[in-house]
Amino acid sequence: MNDDDQDLRPSPDALLAEAQRETRGRLKIFLGAAPGVGKTYAMLEAARQSMRDGIDVVAGVIETHGRSETERLLQGVTVLPHAQIDYRGRIFSEMDLDGLLARRPKLALVDELAHTNVPGARHLKRWQDVDELLAAGIDVFTTLNVQHLESLNDVIEQITGVKVRETLPDHVLAKADEIELIDLPPHELIKRLREGKVYVAEQAGLAVHNFFTPGNLTALRELALRRAAERVDAQMVDYMRAHAIAGPWPTRERIVAYLGPGDDLDRLVRVTKRIAEFRNADWIAVTVETSTAIKAEDKEEIIQALRLASQLGGDSTTLHGENVVKEVMDYARDQNATQIVVGRAPKNRWSVWPSVTSRFVTAAQDFNVVVVAGEGDPSRPANTIKSATKSYLSDTKGHLIGLAAVIVATALSFALDHWVPDVALSMVYLVAILLVASKIGARPAIAASILSFLTYDFFFTAPRLSLSMSNPGQFLELATFLVAALLVSSMTGRLRTGMTMTRENARRTNTLYEFERKITTAISKDDVQWAAVHHVATTINGKSIILSPDQGGMRVVAGYPPEDEVDEKSQAAAEWAWKHNKPAGRGSTTLPSALWLFFPLKTAHRSVGVLGVQMAEDADIPSQPQLQLLEALADQAAIAIERAQLVADIEAAKVVTERERLRSALLSSLSHDLRTPLVSIMGSASSLLNYDAKLDEDSRRQLAQTIQDEAERLNRFVQNLLDMTRLGAGALKPRLDWADLNDIVGAAITRAQRLSRNHVIKVDLSPDIPLINVDSILLEQVFFNLLDNACKYSPAGTMVKIWAKSTPLYLSIEVSDQGPGIPPEDSEKVFDMFYRVGQGDQQVAGTGLGLAICRGIIEAHGGSIKTEPGLHGAGTCIIIHLPHSFEKLPSSSGEDNE
Amino acid sequence: MNNRILVIDDEPQIRKFLHISLGANGYDVIEAETAAQGIDSAKADPPDLIILDLGLPDLDGQDAISLLRQNLTTPIIVLSVRSGEFDKVEALDRGANDFIVKPFGIAELMARVRVVLRPKSAKENPNLIEIEKVRIDLERRIVTSDGQEVRLSKKEWELLRYMAERPDHVLTHKVLLKEIWGPAHVEDTAYLRVYVNQLRQKLEDHPSQPTLIVTEPGVGYRLKRGD
Repeated sequence: MNDDDQDLRPSPDALLAEAQRETRGRLKIFLGAAPGVGKTYAMLEAARQSMRDGIDVVAGVIETHGRSETERLLQGVTVLPHAQIDYRGRIFSEMDLDGLLARRPKLALVDELAHTNVPGARHLKRWQDVDELLAAGIDVFTTLNVQHLESLNDVIEQITGVKVRETLPDHVLAKADEIELIDLPPHELIKRLREGKVYVAEQAGLAVHNFFTPGNLTALRELALRRAAERVDAQMVDYMRAHAIAGPWPTRERIVAYLGPGDDLDRLVRVTKRIAEFRNADWIAVTVETSTAIKAEDKEEIIQALRLASQLGGDSTTLHGENVVKEVMDYARDQNATQIVVGRAPKNRWSVWPSVTSRFVTAAQDFNVVVVAGEGDPSRPANTIKSATKSYLSDTKGHLIGLAAVIVATALSFALDHWVPDVALSMVYLVAILLVASKIGARPAIAASILSFLTYDFFFTAPRLSLSMSNPGQFLELATFLVAALLVSSMTGRLRTGMTMTRENARRTNTLYEFERKITTAISKDDVQWAAVHHVATTINGKSIILSPDQGGMRVVAGYPPEDEVDEKSQAAAEWAWKHNKPAGRGSTTLPSALWLFFPLKTAHRSVGVLGVQMAEDADIPSQPQLQLLEALADQAAIAIERAQLVADIEAAKVVTERERLRSALLSSLSHDLRTPLVSIMGSASSLLNYDAKLDEDSRRQLAQTIQDEAERLNRFVQNLLDMTRLGAGALKPRLDWADLNDIVGAAITRAQRLSRNHVIKVDLSPDIPLINVDSILLEQVFFNLLDNACKYSPAGTMVKIWAKSTPLYLSIEVSDQGPGIPPEDSEKVFDMFYRVGQGDQQVAGTGLGLAICRGIIEAHGGSIKTEPGLHGAGTCIIIHLPHSFEKLPSSSGEDNE
Repeated sequence: MNNRILVIDDEPQIRKFLHISLGANGYDVIEAETAAQGIDSAKADPPDLIILDLGLPDLDGQDAISLLRQNLTTPIIVLSVRSGEFDKVEALDRGANDFIVKPFGIAELMARVRVVLRPKSAKENPNLIEIEKVRIDLERRIVTSDGQEVRLSKKEWELLRYMAERPDHVLTHKVLLKEIWGPAHVEDTAYLRVYVNQLRQKLEDHPSQPTLIVTEPGVGYRLKRGD
């Protein structure tokens, strides 16, 4: 039993699905077989029960169809008024989705899930509205008739003869949390119909009456019952998976449906869906793009069928290659599929090759192949003929050119007739055919081949001017010619188509590569966004914008051509695309009346915005290949934008780290340097207080002296801090006055006397120094700080020298010491605030402000200050240059700038 | 003979007042300006106590502790402006006996100096520790409070004994966990809190305002013998 333990763990996917279901609102569908079985009635009853349980219920839309018993149930239920939507001047009434979202009831009642919204509403279909309600966490009760299910569409048509226009993707039903089947035996329903209890739309009265036959109703009832039963089954499986109940779990089967040109594709897709459902399998619709050109109608039909497959809950993909059967088989094997569904393509009567269908059947050894029969739709052959005619007509020009080529070849052959043997003339024709095939295409070339054959036979083989032949050798010659001509035509033609396709693909790859190159060279987020919009706009030959979330809304951040904002509808579409991570706007199923089509810019990690596009003409929407290209471009752009964003984030983080580092350096510096004097003060003072009696006179005096010295040191630190604050705030403005440098230096030395008692101070000021126009108090502070530093960092007994000389341009002052000097790499940093050579508290106490203050003061005087190694590279020399004031008389400092 | 105290600090003013105050209290003071000087001096002639500043010009004080601890068991009291718990814990983990944050009052320093030097000076029975009404007999593994025997679980006893053997020493969480629970549990401070709480319930008069096992916030615990 132990071996099975790990298998008994709940499947993560199943648990995830359950968890998602918990944050989403819960969807309950009241499913009926036909109108009139009482779905709305049952829904309202359930809603009233919820209300009795104290749940906040609001009805978004309820169709009572005037049935009195239903209306009675509606009493007491809050019904939200419908929104009035203005579309091209006409007012339509529709469920107020935004109102419901804003009102946020616990439970919303939304009747008729399959309803198609009026144009101008946000979504095409009501189920999309419901999806949004669920996403917002609102529970929804809704009603549905089984005939609206997309996959049953053709079955219903077969049974009832009525084509249902309003369809609903099956996955909506599949994702419902609860389904309640509202069942009514057919004869009772018909009785109710006769009694007029069933609402019948007037415009469709007759059709609907044909619809309500016991046969139809029984069939529909069976479909509904079966649907509900399948649902219960699937739920049971889900439950068992989520709760790790052991059971026989066959690995999920996969079914591949091949969509080829000419099949009844819609039917093929629907049949595949039903097979897959029946076998509880995943399914994938694939098509193969080959170099052989197919008709535009067929291509369109395939695209539609792929879309339908997605709607029905299947996957869809396009393969590339020449051998259709092999590609599909390889893919199926790769996907671990067990079944391949193919259509019975109409076999070309003229073809000697087996049809794709029979090749599938032959090739499939490890697969079950299901061949879906066509329906014998009478409209199809007509369609084919029509389109074929059209396609030949479009070839007319090519055929005319082919004809011209044959005429020219004939003329040339006449000219050459006397010089060369007859056989050689066939080469002239061959060249003409080759030209037609390579320039125009296969079909005109084939036509030209046959024409050439006839012309050559008529004009240049004996007997001339007759189609008859004189000997068997001639017949062989002509036959060879015809075969060669046909081969050349078809091969060259195919080559041409292949080249066109290759070129198309190369262009696409190139576009992506070009884009990749452009956006990888862009560094900032703005550059990347701009490169993206520019590239997208030129690729689609239209306009392009990028919107990013900003303060609660989406804002245009880049546009080509430049664009600042978009219309209201587009704005809403952009926000919807952003919120739901799905395309929205023009040409999509959400807000299709917007001017722009938006793609979400999403990466594996997050969304970075939305990409908006507008084709050259407003009405034009992107083609399928363009859509694919745009999606690829959007993905690339998203990754590039995320990358740029990450780079910016890292930069920002670096700045924050640096600031944080500076802050902590400052704090530790302050705490060390302000506390060091305090330690001595507190220690000395407490010693005096506690041990007064035990201390001799000298000790007491020394302690008192320590307190005074350290208090003065503390005061200097505080003074420096204050000065720095004023400098930093720009409040320190020199008050200039004429002063003698001797006085200033003298005052500084006197103040620093106690600090410098262990050093020899030597002053050497040149006698020719004129009076200087400075703030003498600030300049004294500079000298004091420099002396303080010099004494602090140089050994006792050494000399500190102040030297000054006047040069024609400036006054040069040097303060040098014989300490350890400043390493060259630190010679500038020492002027930064709180930068100190060495780190932390392992050094002589100081605020790390002294030199910063000196620089601030000197620069405020228009001078400069720097450090250099002292004489013979020993010690430190601080060099100050102060500009001369050219004012002879004391004056304002106004003209002294710079 | 007077106890000899080695003061290692680069600030002359601090050395000066420490010298004066310690001298006045009957200790002989040796001064060292750098870590190198201090370590050399301590190795040459081990003092009875080392007072060490963490912010030294030639070597970080934390490293100095490790170097000193390589071959010395001399008690070390750390003085530092670094007041963060991290620095305290690190210094204690490296083997310092106590940690005093600068600035400090001289009386506090003297008290700590006395505590650290006491085991040598006191002539008590090392296996019997009496703190107010609590009596811990290490030899017989008996703990009494007010003469009543207190029953302790094995881990509680190990914890109490470890702390009682080092009265008045700050013991970091890490050290206690390593010694009592083993090296694998040095991060499980929750164990420690639970057991300390149980000991307090059994031994303290007011477990919420402990006087016996006091908390050093963010650092560890100390069994307080008091003065």
